[in-house]
Amino acid sequence: MRARPAAFAVNAMLLGASAFAVFPLLWMLAASFMAPGEASTYPPPLVPAHATLANYRELFAQTGMGRYLANSVLLAVAATTLSLVFNVMAGYAFAKLRFTGRDRIFKLMLGALVIPGQVAMVPLFLLLKHMGLVNTYGGVIVPALASIFGIFLVRQYALSIPDDLLEAARIDGATEWRIFRSVVVPLLKPIIVTLAVFTLLGTWNDFMWPLIVLTDRNLYTLPVALASLAREHVQDNELMMAGSVLTTVPVLCVFLALQRYYLQGLMMGSVKG
Amino acid sequence: MRPTRVAWWFVGPALCVIGVFFVVPVAAALVMSLTDFDIYALADWRNLRIVGLSNYVELLQRPLFWRALGNTVYFVAVGVPLSLAASLGAALLLNSPLARFQPFFRTALFAPVVTTVVAVAVIWRYLLGTRYGFINYALGAIGIAPVDWLGDPHFAMPAIILFAVWKNFGYNMIILLAGLQAIPRELYEAARIDGASSLAQFRYVTLPVLTPILTIVAILTVAGYFQLFAEPYVMTQGGPLQSTVSVLYFMYEEGFKWWNLGNASAVAFLLFLLIFAVTLLQMRQARRSGVWQ
Repeated sequence: MRARPAAFAVNAMLLGASAFAVFPLLWMLAASFMAPGEASTYPPPLVPAHATLANYRELFAQTGMGRYLANSVLLAVAATTLSLVFNVMAGYAFAKLRFTGRDRIFKLMLGALVIPGQVAMVPLFLLLKHMGLVNTYGGVIVPALASIFGIFLVRQYALSIPDDLLEAARIDGATEWRIFRSVVVPLLKPIIVTLAVFTLLGTWNDFMWPLIVLTDRNLYTLPVALASLAREHVQDNELMMAGSVLTTVPVLCVFLALQRYYLQGLMMGSVKG
Repeated sequence: MRPTRVAWWFVGPALCVIGVFFVVPVAAALVMSLTDFDIYALADWRNLRIVGLSNYVELLQRPLFWRALGNTVYFVAVGVPLSLAASLGAALLLNSPLARFQPFFRTALFAPVVTTVVAVAVIWRYLLGTRYGFINYALGAIGIAPVDWLGDPHFAMPAIILFAVWKNFGYNMIILLAGLQAIPRELYEAARIDGASSLAQFRYVTLPVLTPILTIVAILTVAGYFQLFAEPYVMTQGGPLQSTVSVLYFMYEEGFKWWNLGNASAVAFLLFLLIFAVTLLQMRQARRSGVWQ
């Protein structure tokens, strides 16, 4: 059997690569249960000598991490829910409803995808300052309410809805709004889940914009709070690891539960144009 | 079907958001980059003056801007090929008929992509530590003296690149894997019957199908890597000796630390023009070499 050594090599390499990918995450988890100072020993320990929850206790008691966790959950859920409504409605309309300038607007939007979001950040900050939204939850959410990518994703999927189905509903006298709610939304369910996971992870992980728009510590999201703590607590490795666990584990869980939808969206989104 | 007015109720809200919070700010950024908008103008608009292109001229004379540009280009030029190589390697391994537990490996390899940059940068800051970090420990095992990864100007950017490759390779891996899985097995079968070696199969069956996908992936990755920000912000704060200041990091400090908002807008615009130019160049190259029709 010539395939044996080859099969062994392929799987060994896969195992090695996976270990490289997962090791930092597993170590983060292990170190978060270590006693303060334990990680700073040589050789670096792989598992805690005596697992302790002290870091988590200190995280919540001393650094207000509970507050940041609540902020992150609130902002991610709100931004995801609202942007889903906006993007799904628009994506469906671009695919299935006729209005003047539809195709031209859509082409312009696709063209605008090449503009990095950071170009807009300085004027956006001034605009939100003018609107009184700087340093509020609204300031974080508002720019995320609609996304060109989200509209594009929904439109591509909605193109496959048969026109006859919509026409039949119209002949039955259903209003456009009614058709959207009872015919279109159920059909779009897979792409809605995909977009929801994308937006949820995107807003949860977002760093630069919340960093700019939030100055009040009480409003910080987890990534912003963690970055600020990491600058103050350079030596407290175990405490920082507990903070990292708290920040990454929720998104990893969402991903593991819904990865089929996430990966599908990733492949759909990549073949744009 | 006739045009309906009701359609505007569907697209209106999203278009308003995109218009007000994206299109208008982008246009405003161009205008602001021609002004001396600073902390005095922030307090009172009457202190604002139009200064033409002088923000741009001054930027091009500042060593730190060139430093940031150089660092960013370094990150892109080394980071993108390494990331793509890692993605391609992982995708090929996963697609091999000999691979077992494929879904498990795929999830494990993809996991870093969904994590929060700030949180994993904190982990890597420790892993890269000079005295207690795992990376120096592993290097020590093969007889290499400890490296001051994040404290030595020569090693800080390579360390950030290593981190970025780890964090991002899974994303393109999935896209390339989808491309590989679309190649019918019969093609390989036929090539094998014709006596093609595995290398020849890769060269004449796999690569032609994969090249257009690799091109798109490369263009998107280059554009993404030009936007380096959170990694140096958390891991090195631009140091040591400004060796990891990226263009966006420079923009952030210029705008939101020193409140030179006119200057910051000019930096953002220059970055956009750079990304745009590089994207066009890559697309033209791809068309010339016949990857795209």
